[in-house]
Amino acid sequence: VAASEGRRTRPLGGVFHPRTRLLDHDDVGRALRRMAHEIVERNSGLEGVVLVGLQRGGVPFASALAANLTEIEHVDVPVGALDVAFYRDDVATRPVLPEAATSIPVDLSGRTVVLVDDVLFTGRTVRAALHALSEFGRAARVQLAVLVDRGHRELPIRPDYVGKNLPTSRDESLLATLDGVELGEMVVG
Amino acid sequence: MTPADSLLGQDLLSVSQLSKEGIVEVLEVAEAFAEVSRRSVPKVPTLRGKQVTTLFFEESTRTRLSFETAARRLSADVASLAVAQSSVQKGESLRDTVETVEALGADVLIVRHRASGAPAQVAQWVRRARVVNAGDGWHEHPTQALLDAFSVRAAVSDARGHSSEGSGASVFEGLRVLIVGDVRHSRVARSEVLAYTALGARVTLCAPGSLLPRDAQDWPVDIAPVLDDALGETDVVSLLRLQTERGSGSHVPTLAEYTATHGLTERRAALLKPDTVITHPGPMARGVEIASSVADAQNALIVRQVENGVAVRMAILFLVLGGEPTLLEPAP
Repeated sequence: VAASEGRRTRPLGGVFHPRTRLLDHDDVGRALRRMAHEIVERNSGLEGVVLVGLQRGGVPFASALAANLTEIEHVDVPVGALDVAFYRDDVATRPVLPEAATSIPVDLSGRTVVLVDDVLFTGRTVRAALHALSEFGRAARVQLAVLVDRGHRELPIRPDYVGKNLPTSRDESLLATLDGVELGEMVVG
Repeated sequence: MTPADSLLGQDLLSVSQLSKEGIVEVLEVAEAFAEVSRRSVPKVPTLRGKQVTTLFFEESTRTRLSFETAARRLSADVASLAVAQSSVQKGESLRDTVETVEALGADVLIVRHRASGAPAQVAQWVRRARVVNAGDGWHEHPTQALLDAFSVRAAVSDARGHSSEGSGASVFEGLRVLIVGDVRHSRVARSEVLAYTALGARVTLCAPGSLLPRDAQDWPVDIAPVLDDALGETDVVSLLRLQTERGSGSHVPTLAEYTATHGLTERRAALLKPDTVITHPGPMARGVEIASSVADAQNALIVRQVENGVAVRMAILFLVLGGEPTLLEPAP
């Protein structure tokens, strides 16, 4: 699976076996362009906006959104990457490994932070991300952009920008990359 | 025992329990903690509510401080048994001490002991807690060897102009490591040989005959008879301390003679390639195993080893307390 090849640590949770293709490369590109326009509209421009991708799945989407924003508004938006492993609430109950080191290029105090992730599921990753973000300054506001919202929230968290709502069952898995979105299962072994 | 590819949920008693992949996992997780250590508030909530207890039957202030700093940066509670003032002095057995400390809530025991194998014995007595070996007799000092490997990987990657993060074991392929000094009494040397060879480096030992282990010819290493001849080829020089408290003093005629044959003097340092890095586990005896000016040179990693030691020990505490590897749950 392409998403696991860049990992520094061995994939936990098994290997993704795709079953159905839900979005293709062009669908993802169109969704990102629309989300970029929504970000500009909601914030009346890009003054003080910082994109922060969640390691590792959200990082390519943060870069792609930043490229779209530059095309629309002709300014460069700072892009960071955040690993939330150290802030998760399930460290002792399942294997959790950091995907890559965090890198936040600017002090977030007073900025508008747009958290970017590939898939929104239980909301626990976003909760951990909100905690982790606070280490880098007091952001004026934090917004959430996800390519796919698959439902099954366990916490009161909602996205501000959504590429596609895709209802799923709990035991299915989704793989979202810039190349497309596939539904399938994780196979352990 | 087959070396494991992960330290998750395991005790850390010896480097030999880890495969190359297992060692690389520690180095990569430590990179993420090195970033935490560079923050203005170098603290994460990861191990909130966990208790890390140091149990040092042989005093080592710097190693204990490094573990305790690592535990605090992970938001763990730290307890520390000052053996010199404890019931151990009243004749309490090691087993009773361990059971007491575990009953007081320890989730990890950091054990240093002058007897080789003591941490492994402790690991059999505990019911639930994880055990980390912080140095046992002449046997092993696994966390030191892992932080040495981390420091070498960072410095060599930097010199070659790429990031160490995500570089796996690539910088160790064919890397020449020269370990100099009291190998016989050194647990650091034993752990380093295991770590560097597992990662793919070529290790050479150089020591006075009386300070080489008796079974050194069975180790996966070369032996250099003359230090001067080995210096020009090596990429890493790992210096060891003369363990006078473990009897190495009686194995060399005088410290001055040791310096004359095996000290890294200014003259010898000039024989090194310009990019060769020097490590020392500390505390160092300036003027004995290393000249003062050499210890302060740019290519000596000694202070960076101390800094990296905290990040590597954070990674080790994080991994040994990690969830059961069998409880796999698909990541969202």
